[in-house]
Amino acid sequence: MIAHDLTEHFPVDQNHLKRLHTRLELDAQASDLLDIAYRTVDSTVGPLLLAATPRGLLRVAFANESHDLVLQNLSARISPRMLEAPARLDSVVRQLDEYFTGRRHSFDVSLDWSLSSGFRRIVLGHLNSDIAYGTTTSYAALAQLSGSPKAVRAVGTACATNPIPIVVPCHRVIRSDGTVGAYRGGPVAKRALLDLERGR
Amino acid sequence: MKVDQHVKPPFEAVVAQYGATVLRVTRAVVGPADADDAWSDAFLAALQAYPRLPADTNIEAWLVTIAHRKAIDITRAASRRAVPVADTPESPARERADAHDLDLDAAVGALPPKQRQAVAYHYLAGLPYSEIAVILDSSVAAARRAAADGIATLRRTYPLIDTARNRQ
Repeated sequence: MIAHDLTEHFPVDQNHLKRLHTRLELDAQASDLLDIAYRTVDSTVGPLLLAATPRGLLRVAFANESHDLVLQNLSARISPRMLEAPARLDSVVRQLDEYFTGRRHSFDVSLDWSLSSGFRRIVLGHLNSDIAYGTTTSYAALAQLSGSPKAVRAVGTACATNPIPIVVPCHRVIRSDGTVGAYRGGPVAKRALLDLERGR
Repeated sequence: MKVDQHVKPPFEAVVAQYGATVLRVTRAVVGPADADDAWSDAFLAALQAYPRLPADTNIEAWLVTIAHRKAIDITRAASRRAVPVADTPESPARERADAHDLDLDAAVGALPPKQRQAVAYHYLAGLPYSEIAVILDSSVAAARRAAADGIATLRRTYPLIDTARNRQ
């Protein structure tokens, strides 16, 4: 009737929108407005969501966490100025690829620890610097290392809520009886990472 | 503790949801040559302001308001540069490779600015005249009249407007 759908006469090409999005990513980065850049990447333990601030890698999420919910949570806790902008994560993606193909044994990535605080932050810091590729430790030993030998359960919680799994290697913490124990990405992913690091 | 009912989505969701609409609006208001610049300026400004935006804001109206201001900036800068207007040849149904209808661009571009804006904000962005009146700093009746006059002119200058595009 009355030009009710003028939008039909203004078609929008998806590739055109993609180009504009890329330009927005560059403009936002240049204007220091890209508080969080994120992307997903395929891996041998399933698709991973990666998110980084200008300070460093903030979050790694496995497929068993809803990526939409993770992003919503980052928006609320850190900043809603977020774009799917792969460039900031290029180096992380390359290093993850090298890790999963056995060519990299440690990550050279700056980390943003904003999602961890207090004792959990201390635990994850020791985990990050003291537990080498291909080795494992127990929750009790990590508690000892973190200066609170009795806080074994709290160490378990710190590992279970590690915001940067794989890069901060909580998969290397296993139960004293030798079973793999719980993992944010699920026990199958934990087993896969341990096998990878043992060269199997 | 008070729970916020309106959780603010990541800005990426705003771009995904409204990117196409804002591009239609900027193309209508500043023309295809400057539409990308207006879109980019608008979304960058929106990204900057987004954290302070009240969670219950009508995001589409907010984006169109920003795009409106950026379009005015671009139009002013363009008129200072005094770029001559391109000729509009009269062969019918010309389209560029990207499926823009050049006759439509010319017809919309020939409308007085207020009419062009009112048509874009109502018929492309779907905003109610109460919102458009705020953006155009006019009365609701004047906004409604500007859109009606604009559409009436377009029906004369671009009769295809009443034709669904896929039936042309």
